[in-house]
Order: sequence, then C-alpha cells, then structure tokens
Amino acid sequence: MPQQTECPSCAESMDPDDAFCNRCGAARDGGSAPGAMPASWAAAHAEAVPAQRGPVCVHCGQPSVAPDGYCEACGGAQPRPRDHMEKALAGVAGVSDRGVRHHRNEDSFTVAATSLPGGEPVVVAVVCDGVSSSDRPDEASETAVDAASESLLTSLEAGRDHEDAMRRAIADAAKAVADLAADGTGPTRPEVNAPACTYVSAIAAGGRVTIGWVGDTRAYWIPDDRAAAEPFRLTQDDSWAARMVEAGLMGEAEAYADPRAHAITGWLGADADEVVPHTLEFTPHVPGVLLICTDGLWNYAEAATDLAYFVRPDARAEPLAAAQTLVKFAVAAGGHDNITVAVLPIDPPPVAIEEVEQTPTALDLPIISRPAAPAAPAGPGARAEGDEDDEDYEPTLPDLPVIGSPAAPLPPAPPAPAAPPVPPRPPHPPTA
Amino acid sequence: MAPGPVDRRPAGRPTDPITPTTHPTGADRPMATLAKPNLPKFDVEIFQNECLAEGAREVNAIVTVTATGGGTSGGRPLGRFDAVPPGADAAAAVVILVDCSGSMDYPKTKINGAREATAAAIDAVRDGTAFAVVAGTHEARDIYPGDGTLAIASAATRDQAKESLRRLTAAGGTAMGTWLTKADQLFLTRREIAIRHAILLTDGNNEHESAEDLARTVERVTGHFTADCRGVGTDWRIDELRKISSALLGTTDIVAEPSGLAEDFRSMMAGAMGKQVADVALRIWTPANATVKFVKQVAPSVEDLTARRTEAGPRAGDYPTGSWGDESRDYHVCVEVPAASIGNEMLAARISLVLPPQVGGGTPEVLSQGLVKAVWTDDLAASTRISPQVAHYTGQAVLASSIQEGLEAHRAGDVDTATAKLGAAVRIAHETGNEGTYKLLQKVVDVVDPKEGTVRFRKNVSEADSMTLETRSTKTVRVKK
Repeated sequence: MPQQTECPSCAESMDPDDAFCNRCGAARDGGSAPGAMPASWAAAHAEAVPAQRGPVCVHCGQPSVAPDGYCEACGGAQPRPRDHMEKALAGVAGVSDRGVRHHRNEDSFTVAATSLPGGEPVVVAVVCDGVSSSDRPDEASETAVDAASESLLTSLEAGRDHEDAMRRAIADAAKAVADLAADGTGPTRPEVNAPACTYVSAIAAGGRVTIGWVGDTRAYWIPDDRAAAEPFRLTQDDSWAARMVEAGLMGEAEAYADPRAHAITGWLGADADEVVPHTLEFTPHVPGVLLICTDGLWNYAEAATDLAYFVRPDARAEPLAAAQTLVKFAVAAGGHDNITVAVLPIDPPPVAIEEVEQTPTALDLPIISRPAAPAAPAGPGARAEGDEDDEDYEPTLPDLPVIGSPAAPLPPAPPAPAAPPVPPRPPHPPTA
Repeated sequence: MAPGPVDRRPAGRPTDPITPTTHPTGADRPMATLAKPNLPKFDVEIFQNECLAEGAREVNAIVTVTATGGGTSGGRPLGRFDAVPPGADAAAAVVILVDCSGSMDYPKTKINGAREATAAAIDAVRDGTAFAVVAGTHEARDIYPGDGTLAIASAATRDQAKESLRRLTAAGGTAMGTWLTKADQLFLTRREIAIRHAILLTDGNNEHESAEDLARTVERVTGHFTADCRGVGTDWRIDELRKISSALLGTTDIVAEPSGLAEDFRSMMAGAMGKQVADVALRIWTPANATVKFVKQVAPSVEDLTARRTEAGPRAGDYPTGSWGDESRDYHVCVEVPAASIGNEMLAARISLVLPPQVGGGTPEVLSQGLVKAVWTDDLAASTRISPQVAHYTGQAVLASSIQEGLEAHRAGDVDTATAKLGAAVRIAHETGNEGTYKLLQKVVDVVDPKEGTVRFRKNVSEADSMTLETRSTKTVRVKK
C-alpha cells in the first residue's frame, strides 16, 4: 500500500512517520487521535473553515479552496471565470483577459450572429471597458455589453439601418449603465463616481462594416496585405489627448505624453452629461480584419501600423487565434490593464475586389459620420482655439480617400481624390 | 471569410457559460445571513478600502453587526408585561449587586437612591426571569430570595423582593470580588439559563480586597455572566469598574446624583430583558502568515477585544461579544497580511458570528459571515483612499484616548498636555458630530475654536463633570450618513 502523505481529514501534508496530523490531530487511518481533539472542538473546527478540502489553490498548492473562491490556507483569490474569456462564432471571435496588474477583469465583451430580414448573415461584437475610478466598473461593462448586443440583434433582425441600429444600441447601453446607479444596490463605494464604462461595437454584414463608440475603446482596420493597403484606426478617442490634438492645441506626441492624456471625456454612466455616440460605416476593398479593443491592448501598440505588426497574417481565417495572440502580446508587454479584443474577418464584396484590382494603390475607404451635437469640452478653455474647426471635422487619419463602390454608394462629401492618394501615414511615436 | 449562416445568438448571451455565474455585486460589502427562527437574525456588513499600495500589509475594516427580530420580544417594546409563555423555561437570569458599605449612608440619599433604583429594576424584570438581589459589603449577602438560589419573577416575587430591600442597610466595607463570586454561585444554580446578567452598583473603591484578588475573581467569572457597573457619586474608581465591565462585556457609567439611579436601573434592566442570545463570539479567520493586529468594538462604545482571543481551529480565533438583543454594533478589525505583488487579491479575514455548542452537545452555529479583502494596486488614488468608516472610528478611538490622557495629565498637573489633548478631543467630537461627548467636554473646558481645537480649562471644574467625561469618553457615534 502506498504511503499516505496527506492528512485524510484536513489534507495537511504528513511525515511518513507521523501517526497523527500535526494540524487537526486526525489519525492517518482517518480516525481521531486518542484524546487529541474533543468532538466539540472538531465541530467548531469544521465550522470555522467551511471547506477543509476543495480544489487546489493556485497560490499555495493546498487543496483547500472554499466555495467562495478563496483559499482557506493562504487566502489567495482563485482565478475567476471572467479573468479570461474567449468566445468564437463563424465570422467573429473575441478574447478578454484580466492582465497582470489588475485584480479583476473590468472589461466585458460579446460576439453574436443573426440574420437580416433578407436572410443575409450578420455578426456583431461589443467591447466595453469599466472605468476603474467608478463604482462597480465590472458590472457597468457587463451591463452595457448585454444591453447593446440585445439592442443590436433586435434592430438588425427588424431590418433597421445599421448606423441607426448602432446609435440605438449605444443609447440603450447608456441607459442600462445609468440605471445601475439607481438599481437599489446603492453605491458600494460612496466615495467614487457612478458605475461607468467606455464602449465600442461593430456590425459586419456582406462586407460592410459599421462601428460605434464612446470613450477610448477603439476600432482598427487591418488589411491582410499590409504592403498593398494601410492599416488604420477608425475611432477617435473621447480623451483629453485626442481633444487637444483635434483642437490644434498640441501635437500628438506632446498630447499623448501628458499625464492627462488618457482622461476620458466621454463614457456611459449616470454622471455622463451627454452621451455623444460616434458611428462610422465603410466597405473595405481588400480582405482584412476589423479589431475592436480596449486600451489594455492599444496602450502597447497605439498606431495602427504598430498594432498590425502583432496581428497574425491568417487573422481573417483564424480570428480566435488572432485575438489570443494579441492578448498574449499585451500581457507579455506588461498587462497593466485588462485586455479585450474582438476580431471580425471582413471579405469585400466581389465587385469591390475587382475595383481594387483595377486601382491597386487605392486604400480603404471609411466614411466618417459625425454626430451633429458637439461633444462637451474637455475642460475650461480646452477648446479655446479649436472651436471654429469643429463644424469642418477633418479626420486626423491621413489615409482616408473616399472611393465609391456599388456596395457603398458615394456619399456627397468629402470628394474623392485621384489615386494614388495621400502618402502613407508616419508611424506614431511609441506611447508610454 | 464571410460570416456564414448561423443560428441566432448562439454565443455571447447572458446565459453563456463563459460569463461568471456569481455576479460580483458590491464587492466592498459582502453580506451573508443565516438565522434560526428563534434567534435574532444577524447581518454582517464589511466596510473597508480593500486597495493596498505595493508593499502595504495592513488591512483595516469596520464590521457592522446587526441583530434583528428574533427571540421573545420580536422587536416589540420590552417591559414587565412581556411574559414568557406558561411552562417555558426562564429566558434570562439577573442578579442585582448593591453596595451596602458604610459610605452609602453619606449622604443618606445614596442608600435611599440605591433602594429605589433596585425596586425600579425589579419592576422591570419580566415574568419568568430568574433573579436575585445581593447586598455587597466586605462580604456578599443574598437578601432575596436569600436561600442561595434565584427566584422566578412574578407579581408576588417582585413584591417580596421589593419588601426585602428594607434590609439594605449601609454598614461594612467594600470587596467587590465577593459580590461577583456570589453572583457566580447564584447563576450556577440555574446553569441551563443562557442569558445571565449582573448589575453592580457601588459608591466607593474596592478597599477591603487587594486589586490582585479582585482581578483573579474577575478572571475566574469571565464568560460566566455579563455585567454592567454603575458608580454613584464621585468616590469610586473608573478604572476599577471598567476592568470589571470590560471583562464581563458590559458597560460602566456614572450616576452622579443618586436621584438618577432609578431611571438608569430601569433602562439597564430593560436592556438585559431584551437580550435574546448569549455568548455570541466574533470569529476571525486569517490566512497563513497573517496576524490580527487588533479587534475593537467601536460602537456603541470603544472596547478593545484584542487580548480576549481564544483559538477556534486553524488560523481562526474567537472574540467574545456577550449577549445580543435587537441591536447593532461596530467592530474595527486590523489584520496584517503578507505583502503580495500588484494585481493580486487575497482574503485578509473571514469574519463570522458564532454561537457556541449547546450545553450537552450540538455543534457551534455560524450566524452570519462577511469577508475582508486585500487587493494590491498601483492606482495611488485607490490605495490612498481611506474608508470613511475606518477613518471615522479611528477618530472616535483617538477621541476616547485623548480625553483619558488629557484628564490624566490634568490630574498630574500638566495643564499644557491636558489642554492639547482635550483640544484635540473637542476638534474630533465637533468634526464627527459626537454631540454627547462634545457637551461633556464643554463642562470641563471652554471651547474657543472647535474647528482648531482651541480650548481653555474651566475654573472650578466639578469632580462629577470630570468623572462623567472620563467615564463616557468611550461612547462613540456612528458615521454620519
């Protein structure tokens, strides 16, 4: 018979010579030590420690994890389901990870698929990042994701225009998060702000992509062939730095080096003055992937070209693997924040491919759609010099020619420049 | 790859197995409740800032324990008409220990006040309660029922008891240890009664017994019954009574005027009659390599329980809290945990309320539980925030010690230190809205600026005011909502 090395009662490791456990006094054969422990003490002992035996603790190796997820020996919190989440469907995949330096995952995401009224398949992805300085940020992001995905699927199935569906989803998510502040739970931390999160989501159907966002969660377009087409960022952060740059008050390098750079100026939550949803729709002319992600990823590769370097060449065929690789990269780079990314493979409609073949130097084509309402200024005086530019919003992305295609009729503005268009965008300086 | 035709919503819905099954709601205030129908329902709430800076090891939490709606009163007003059902066992036992030393005759109002107060207390004893009256001098004499046992309260026995109070005459010395021993003997005659409470009244210090003897007696009876102590006049010693009431998990207060005794005794007895469960312990589990730095009751008054720990299994210790009625108390628990790296989370303490096993077997019962956590973060804004509750009660504890140290300095003739300490006390009492203590302070010092804590000692401060301030210095107020 093999020698036992663990106490049969409390799983404390035992010396081969020990007849009784040094910790609980139980005998090696499972009985009580003679006179060691009164029955009442043993009962008290059982009550004091709800789980004497349980799953093995990832921190100390004792088989003593209690049902509530804390080790009864070292107190260490065990990994939670939300610490690392992966979801994949045909046509979309996402991965979320707690990272290294945060104790819980306050990001949330989902991917889903349904059919349009005409039977065409459509996929959606929603990624939200709970604002750490708010109350229950993890609940805020989860709530926003649930509300937005439900809203998107319902709108799409009803045949609603995709941008309209996107704006409604953001409004629904905003309301759901705002309602958290008054859900009767009350502030668990009265000293911090109401539950809040940032938001980005994407709809992909028939080669057409629609995105919507609030805050500093982002969307990037990464073409398969990065020599022929430029990757670029689709979103404009609702952040202090972005506003400074947009207002012409600071250069990008200077703005992003500022300690206030990441202060967000737009979010979903009861204390958001006005939620200004940004939406954008475009039809790529080359195959590639759309990424939507939280700053836990883009902090380590802010520029689209930098981020594209970490996107697997086979991302379109293997979106889950691509998402996993990106998350691993961010964790390896320090994992300072929670990391979430969803990958949506996009195949251009056949006719668009033909067009690309005719004009191989053409870049991809977003059509920026700005809400009519100007967003609230970042702070007093922040927009002093930039106000007059607001109506004529110019995308800061240099690579945004507009090329008409049968799939996406040419909008009235801006006018399409002749190919070849603008020179490639210089890479961003590395962010801190 | 184009999205293929798929079933609607196959993933990412709220029911998706990837999403957590436990919703991380209110991580700051884990709450759990377990209760039996005949017990009060105990709620445990934890208030803390779980965020620690890198390298930090100290975790502070305020534990609010609220007992509601159990036992015989069910929240109804308590009084002499709340009879236990016929045939039911006595729910509680009380012994009134009345100082009958010679000094109680000077002035005469003291022994008269003591008689009236005892009569008022007897009136408040609920039918069915076991009770006795003991006259205390250098020895203890049970004057009612007088046969070394406890009487069962009824209209008749209450009348007899009040009649016997005539035998309360002042003559002899003071040896409180003998009184406590007598109470212990009386309670032992009805050991099946769980709720055992004594009320001790004295007017002087323990002259006919050494401090060591008293301490030994107190140690011996600790855990056998609870006791409230009252000092009448100003010739008694606060530290002496506080040692008894702290050990026996009760209160010490001053009744400067004998005329105030009756009302005080009535309310003390009503409090004792409201107790529904005895010997409740605060059980604190801490992880390996962690230590409990202190455990203090901080509301309704400051009471350090740190040294009262008894081991209760691996890494767990029990701290006595005595008996409970419908009431709420706050505890400040400070735990030192091993440091962990940024991004880690651990359980710093598991705090539960437990009942000991019933006499003659049974298992201890966990009434309620709360979790104290530690999370290491590099977010300085998060780790430097102090929980409002922890800050408040840290202030209340400083308030109590400032008053005690200030008055001690004053007695020693160090007016500068005394003024500084009481000034600090005035500032904290003002800031935290502790009006009761603030008013008592005003009787000892003239407040020049309450915000700055600028004070001047009053001339001719009465001994009664000074003693009242010191006795009640441990009274706290709760966090302003």
